[in-house]
Amino acid sequence: MEHFTGKFNLEELVYKYRYPLGAVFLLLLLGLPYLGLSQYVMRIIIMIGIYTMLALGLNILTGYTGLVSLGHSGFFAIGAYVTAILMLKLQIHFIPAAFIAMIITGICGLLLGLPTLRLTGTYLSIVTLGFAEIVKMIIMNWEPVTNGTLGLRNIPRPSFFGIDLTLANHGMYYFMLILLFLITFLCIAIKKSKLGRALHAIKENELAASMMGIYTARYKILAFILSAVITGLAGGYYATLVSYIDHNSFTFDVSILILSIVILGGMGTIRGMFFGSILLIVFPEIARPLMEWRFVVYGLVLIFMMRFRPQGLLGWRTTLPFQVPVNAQERQKRSGKHGISRS
Amino acid sequence: MAFLEVKNISIQFGGLTAVDGLDFKVEEGQVVSIIGPNGAGKTTIFNILTGIYQPGEGEIYFQGQQINGLAPQKIVSSGIARTFQNIRLFPDMRVIENVLVGTHIQTRYRLVDGFLRIRRFRQEESEKIQFAAKLLDEVGLSSRLNDYADNLPYGEQRKLEIARAIATGAKLLLLDEPAAGMNPKESEELRQFILDLKKQGYTILLIEHDMNVVMNLSDYIYVVDYGKKIAEGLPQEIQGNKQVATAYLGESEVDL
Repeated sequence: MEHFTGKFNLEELVYKYRYPLGAVFLLLLLGLPYLGLSQYVMRIIIMIGIYTMLALGLNILTGYTGLVSLGHSGFFAIGAYVTAILMLKLQIHFIPAAFIAMIITGICGLLLGLPTLRLTGTYLSIVTLGFAEIVKMIIMNWEPVTNGTLGLRNIPRPSFFGIDLTLANHGMYYFMLILLFLITFLCIAIKKSKLGRALHAIKENELAASMMGIYTARYKILAFILSAVITGLAGGYYATLVSYIDHNSFTFDVSILILSIVILGGMGTIRGMFFGSILLIVFPEIARPLMEWRFVVYGLVLIFMMRFRPQGLLGWRTTLPFQVPVNAQERQKRSGKHGISRS
Repeated sequence: MAFLEVKNISIQFGGLTAVDGLDFKVEEGQVVSIIGPNGAGKTTIFNILTGIYQPGEGEIYFQGQQINGLAPQKIVSSGIARTFQNIRLFPDMRVIENVLVGTHIQTRYRLVDGFLRIRRFRQEESEKIQFAAKLLDEVGLSSRLNDYADNLPYGEQRKLEIARAIATGAKLLLLDEPAAGMNPKESEELRQFILDLKKQGYTILLIEHDMNVVMNLSDYIYVVDYGKKIAEGLPQEIQGNKQVATAYLGESEVDL
């Protein structure tokens, strides 16, 4: 685009060198465990990965479709508990356990999505909030299954080919990378298909979307399901990582943290989810000397952000030209046209 | 049977009868206008035609098929698309993306194909993007392809809304006050644009207040007041109609 040449444009630069940059980034991620980082740092990095997955999950709902959920800790909890219970009580492997957990969270997503037929905006958010509280209450009171407030302990780590994945052998880290890669790929695929456009259209103007033939109710429920499934998978991974879960692992704060990442990073973007979770997971760790002042700083950051950058830190509108594929015939015609106008 | 045939439709909101026993017809390839004072029920007619409201009484036939009672999405698939009086674009989407949303019902691949990015998905996606780019070229918005919809000037937003409606594959376009808020130059451009659409074979049902547009464009005009049809006819017939003048201007002692 002409009017951007001459100006420094970071996005264009990144786009131009996306392959070498991507390769460097990938190598860095793969080599990270061998940089001699302490297990504490590695654990934080894995937590960043988990929260990126959670944010990507919520992003489908809040970022793409414009439905604000305050209850994602509920899906997170269901994913974690179902995976843990299946692994502990039925001794099944992580993969099928997480798969069943995803199906169950998907069904819960469907059920929670049904009110969207009637409710919008704040009212819907309140329903999701109630959902998370109900999940928490069930966890606390359904003792024979969830072990009540005592929580579930000794959740086994996933193992592949007889090797247990642990923090020490970096198996958990690489496993996280794989899951994160798959989820990111799914999110990009959604965004670049008619599904992503339909969800975006619903967010922008629901009436106009339905006048384009989009079954808005179905798509909103689908967004709920996809969002829940991703969150459930992150929950399953979280359960095996920490090996101990109870109702306090899935409080309202978790829902808010996920939502904050989505908003801070930039709703609807994928880059923003990574950046947001890096900031919001790392900040409490490096700001430990601030003690309880952390939360004041935290609140101030969110307020200033809302005032000065409501679209999120990385929530800019892309200035890159839209890629219009040109077929052979057209290309010839165009170059011909070009030749005429030049002469 | 006519292309679009509306038989005796009525709708009530509480005690108010917004549309009252209305009949009208649109023949294929015509530009038909519905005019009437503010609050006459014109937009309500569009909302009934597109399935947003269900008429309390009456029947609507499009290409011989009954469409009243269908979901709005089904009506769009059957070939009727509309624009809105207060523009309803997708402001945070690019111009071409707006049109691509319009192609939604024409895009046949399944969602799973998109996740797996199989060939059919990539092929159809690229076809649709090319189609959208071509459509934008035809309506004269190709230079705006990369822009975000809310950055367009008013007249172009109107055009984009029409392009988006065309992208659904519609044969009948319902345009709700497309010239509203336009200056004379813009509305003249719009008139030319609608005329081009007619030449391309689209059938157009128009709600409009701009009489320059209505009188120079319409093949047939229906005049509505208080939800009832008070007159119908060719543009020159409507221009001379006393009842119409009364509806717009009130009783007059001077001969109009």
